[in-house]
Amino acid sequence: MALSWLLLILLALAVIGFFTGRSRALASAGGDARELHSLPSYYGYNVALSALVPALGVLIVWLLAQPMIVNSTVSSLIPEQSIPEGSDRGLIMSEVRRVAVGLDGAVAAGAMTEAQAQDANSDIDQLTATLKDAGQVLTQEISQPILIAAQKYRSMTSTGSVAMQGIVLAVALLGAAFAYIRTHKEFRARNVVEQAVLALLLLAASIAILTTVGIVLSMFFETLNFFQLHSWKDFFFGSTWAPNFRGGSELSILPLLWGTLYISLIALLVAVPIGLFAAIYLSEYATGATRAVAKPLLEILAGIPTIVYGLFALLTVGPALVSMFGEGGALGVGWMASSNAVLTAGLVMGIMLIPFVSSLSDDIINAVPQSMRDGSLGLGATKSETVRQVVLPAALPGIVGAILLAASRAIGETMIVVMAAGAIAKFSGNPFEAMTTITTRIVSQLTGDTDFASPETLVAFALGLTLFIITLGLNIFALYIVRKYREQYE
Amino acid sequence: MNDMTRVERAVDSKAIKIAANKVQVYYGDTHAIKDVNVEIEEKTVTAFIGPSGCGKSTFLRCLNRMNDTIDICRVEGDILLDGEDIYDKRVDPVQLRAKVGMVFQKPNPFPKSIYDNVAYGPRIHGLAKNKAELDEIVEKSLRRGAIWDEVKDRLDAPGTGLSGGQQQRLCIARAIATAPEVLLMDEPCSALDPIATAQVEELIDELRSRYSVVIVTHSMQQAARVSQKTAFFHLGNLVEFGETGQIFTNPEDPRTESYITGRIG
Repeated sequence: MALSWLLLILLALAVIGFFTGRSRALASAGGDARELHSLPSYYGYNVALSALVPALGVLIVWLLAQPMIVNSTVSSLIPEQSIPEGSDRGLIMSEVRRVAVGLDGAVAAGAMTEAQAQDANSDIDQLTATLKDAGQVLTQEISQPILIAAQKYRSMTSTGSVAMQGIVLAVALLGAAFAYIRTHKEFRARNVVEQAVLALLLLAASIAILTTVGIVLSMFFETLNFFQLHSWKDFFFGSTWAPNFRGGSELSILPLLWGTLYISLIALLVAVPIGLFAAIYLSEYATGATRAVAKPLLEILAGIPTIVYGLFALLTVGPALVSMFGEGGALGVGWMASSNAVLTAGLVMGIMLIPFVSSLSDDIINAVPQSMRDGSLGLGATKSETVRQVVLPAALPGIVGAILLAASRAIGETMIVVMAAGAIAKFSGNPFEAMTTITTRIVSQLTGDTDFASPETLVAFALGLTLFIITLGLNIFALYIVRKYREQYE
Repeated sequence: MNDMTRVERAVDSKAIKIAANKVQVYYGDTHAIKDVNVEIEEKTVTAFIGPSGCGKSTFLRCLNRMNDTIDICRVEGDILLDGEDIYDKRVDPVQLRAKVGMVFQKPNPFPKSIYDNVAYGPRIHGLAKNKAELDEIVEKSLRRGAIWDEVKDRLDAPGTGLSGGQQQRLCIARAIATAPEVLLMDEPCSALDPIATAQVEELIDELRSRYSVVIVTHSMQQAARVSQKTAFFHLGNLVEFGETGQIFTNPEDPRTESYITGRIG
């Protein structure tokens, strides 16, 4: 019986539970719903939930635990001497699983009988041939221990799933029966369902939080591995980024951090004035009709995938800048050699951030009470005097928060810099030179053939964790400022 | 006191500051103010009373063109300030608002220091040549706003940190600081407790010696206490306008009498 059937049966039980619970509640009140503590459907939901929730809980735990238990049992069956040189237990286990799947597939396709599949003494060559004929994928020769382990694996898995089905259904029936017996007109079904709703919401919230914790922890452990292979002093305080897959790499974050911050700074120099002025126009000067058109148009910019911005940088902005500042360019200065440069990436990233700054600032400016503007206008101030001297100072903390959020976007941005910033890690103040950022190095260290035991690969996790901590810090600071500001007017 | 001839003689004795003639105000399709004629005298407190939504605040906001900030609002008719039409194309509403100051229903100090709140108007209009002059204007305005003694030691503290009554007096001081000729007050005491209200009313009475004050109020006692002239608005019409004593003791129009005695509104 497949998992989907089990789920369907559980669902059917829940539906039956709903109607029986509902009618039992009504019967206990002599058919008068007003005699009940809760609405009749709450009694139904109570029975349905009692059937469904514990059973699903058992199901999930079982599905997580069974493979682990089966793996460790089967793995202990394989004798140490049958593991070939240059391989390890993990590789053998994956071969075992492959054979088990192959046997399952062959039986299902009718290429062999169940008895043949379970026969521990069958001829291995013939078995291999049968499996290959049945179209099953095998990567290496099947040996006797592997076959035995695979057969054990199959039998444990199938017993396990039969047991699971039985237990899950029993739990569902018990839950439904318990709730059904408790159903009575005095029973506070409404409060119980309310608790269930609360638990559901709590679960959703904790999944989001736990995922974050999981991401951080996984990065953290890989980072620890990295620091066992590479000195943390070089990572944090070195001055050179020169990864070398043959060993002896210098892996310092500082030149990358410099490139990241420099490009982000240029991006903010573009995005903050333009975004802020756009926000002031939209919130203070634009008529309703203009605003209704212009604001969504501006926000379309935020919906463009960053890879498209990267293409724009590579094909349009970069060459345009070279034709201005390059050798024989319009200005005749010859400063810029290639279209990959800090300036290219910074400009395009700035354009990407404009809607981010303008949209947040617009909301914040709109939150400044109209009475402030009236007060200023009533004293004979012009509109721009009002904006400069009353509205912006009042909105300033919120705007600073918006800029910090934009900054953390800029620092974490990847595609634009991958395509437009270049790949040279160095300390330089020249915006016409190529530079590289933390994110581009993470991409380049993890693409292609990678060996997750070398510091050159693991450094990506250390870089990622550092980046995460920087942006997290900026976000927390920004949210703190925004929140502090909001309290003023509420 | 109720003798009509004596009342009219008293009216004639003061110059007319603002004369409104056949003023109509429309909000989109709604005809909010219908054919209003009012003459506001110099150095007089004029009260506008009437039930909610009768248009008294709307009319008040016409007098310094604050309605310009509302897109759908349209004003017709003449409003003359010292004989000049304020809705004339040559008149800059920004300059007009410096002459006709306004105090709002809810105290709205800027999120700046007390000093900067009061100095705001003089700064944007360039009324002070130097810091010393500005200090003097601020002190004088705060004194006239009857709040100097309470704030003189903390001029650098934020204006938003004051109590509601203090904030409203700060807003009045801020309006006075630009040296207006007319002061419009839109229910200035509606957010204040009785003690703060009494302080503001006392202040209004003092302001009468220099400015003409127009006050919108829901409290008829307040209108009777502080004003010399009263206008009663109802459903966008100016029903009756005259000497405050006369309006409250011997109104001509039955609607005025009903409102004052509490039968409508």
